[in-house]
Amino acid sequence: MSARRRKTVSAIAEGLCAVAVILALLPLAFILFYVVKQGASALNWAFFTSMPKPVGEPGGGMGNAIVGTLILIGLAALFAVPIGCICGIHLAEYRDSRFSSVVRFAADVLNGVPSIVIGIFAYGLAVLPVKRFSAMAGGFALGLLMIPVVVRTTEELVRLVPSGLREGALALGASRSRAVFTVIVPAALPGILTGILVATARVAGETAPLLFTSFNNRFWSTNIAQPIASLTVQVFTYAISPYDDWHRQAWAGAFLLVMIILVLSIVARLAVRRLEQMNRP
Amino acid sequence: MRRSADDRLFRLTTGAFAAMVLVIVVGIGIELTRQSMLSIQKFGWSFWTGRTWDPVAGEFGALPFIWGTLYSSLLALLLSAPIALGIAIFISELSPRFLRQPLAYLTDLLAAIPSIVYGLWGIFVLVPIVRKLELLTPEPLRRLPLFHGPPLGVGMGTAALILAVMVVPFSSSVAREILKNVPSAQREAAYALGATRWEAIKVAIGYGKTGIIGAIMLGLGRALGETMAVTMVIGNNPQVSLSLFTPQYTMAAVIANEFTEAADELYLHALIEIGLLLFVITIVVNLASRLLIWSTKKRAAELVVLASPATKEEIAA
Repeated sequence: MSARRRKTVSAIAEGLCAVAVILALLPLAFILFYVVKQGASALNWAFFTSMPKPVGEPGGGMGNAIVGTLILIGLAALFAVPIGCICGIHLAEYRDSRFSSVVRFAADVLNGVPSIVIGIFAYGLAVLPVKRFSAMAGGFALGLLMIPVVVRTTEELVRLVPSGLREGALALGASRSRAVFTVIVPAALPGILTGILVATARVAGETAPLLFTSFNNRFWSTNIAQPIASLTVQVFTYAISPYDDWHRQAWAGAFLLVMIILVLSIVARLAVRRLEQMNRP
Repeated sequence: MRRSADDRLFRLTTGAFAAMVLVIVVGIGIELTRQSMLSIQKFGWSFWTGRTWDPVAGEFGALPFIWGTLYSSLLALLLSAPIALGIAIFISELSPRFLRQPLAYLTDLLAAIPSIVYGLWGIFVLVPIVRKLELLTPEPLRRLPLFHGPPLGVGMGTAALILAVMVVPFSSSVAREILKNVPSAQREAAYALGATRWEAIKVAIGYGKTGIIGAIMLGLGRALGETMAVTMVIGNNPQVSLSLFTPQYTMAAVIANEFTEAADELYLHALIEIGLLLFVITIVVNLASRLLIWSTKKRAAELVVLASPATKEEIAA
């Protein structure tokens, strides 16, 4: 091949790579555009405060679903944060042990399990024995999805704590647990909170595991032993319905979801960057 | 030694929490098997090869769902793999420095958008567009098995398209990392021999080949288990067909749609058995991909140790 030809090939290939970037960003722009365009116009005050109206009656909102989603996320965090954080601290403290690599591996496996399968597991454990869908079961399913994310981010960010801090505490005669709880965890706390934020962003948009755990509820409910509405399941129900008014509400719900997740992930991203800069040697 | 007793206690308690993660993973496997026993015992292997799914008659064959899951995921990979690789190359090798972070962030954003939002967009925006394209398909092409069937808009092609968009960020972010880990000596050597930019990139890709295959498999793992968006656009009709135009069904979609309707126990167990297979397949695919990614990273790391300390820092940064 002549040099000119090789240069042309190179230029074409480089151009194709740029095209690939555009091909991926195009749908992103396209989706965000539609969500904002259709969603923002359907969003009003009643959407946040009202209950769903029966078919045929215009108006109504997703007040109960918004509260439901918050309750579900709260329940998930209640269960996943302690397990995930302590597990992450263990992995960071005993990073080279055989047990740690097995657990790390298990967390990776759990991270890859499809959320619908997690839903079946939660159904078998929390719905089948009591024969009732409940917010608790939904929170359990979401918690299982949060755990691996919390574990990995906690581990990574505890590792970022300069080893001098730990060594200093140990040299002063502190026991391992004392060093961890009084020196390392406080130093890593912003990072751990960031991890929780990332995990929350991940589960806030989950629908599949809720379909047969927390199910749905047309009424106002904060009872965690009863089925509960959630933004995602409500969007799904409305999206596959034949009514225009419900479609509008589905877009509004999607808009709200995307906003929540964008804010959470941007905050988390800024926090991580900040932490990395702080801890750079 | 009070201190060492204290240390041991700390290790054991935190270890117990860590063990819970292990227990959960094993528990999922056991629970899914236990809850699908009826179906496993009644149908045996014929469950995987049967094409009839008739809950009323109590006949369950999962082949159409397995086909739908595998076919849609493979089609999605055909589209997403070159795009993900292109993005990884552009961001790590070609892009001006100030664009790197924003581009990486934007492509990662594709992974943050919830599946349900993809599905909503799919139903109301993508499906009508696909329907128009299907109507425009010329008659001779329509006779091919690939384009056979009515132009509904919903169907295999639309599902594959949405899946492709959804898995691109997973593959591209890992591929990006792999390329970043390729020792710069590889590219420098290529340049020294008079290579063009693209030829140097090809050397880097060759070096990270295994890891890049791993990155693409990671996307496959995601595609196999994707539920909501696919359920909303694939048409949910159990059939084994090569056509992109026909409505089909996937394993995850049938679980999402029919789980709450499963009136009798055998029906429920049949659905959970599909979940069990999905669980096993995704674990195998994810493990294989981790192994490939890990072996490439390890190779790069070993080479760095051999190289000068300067290169080591360069790669760490």
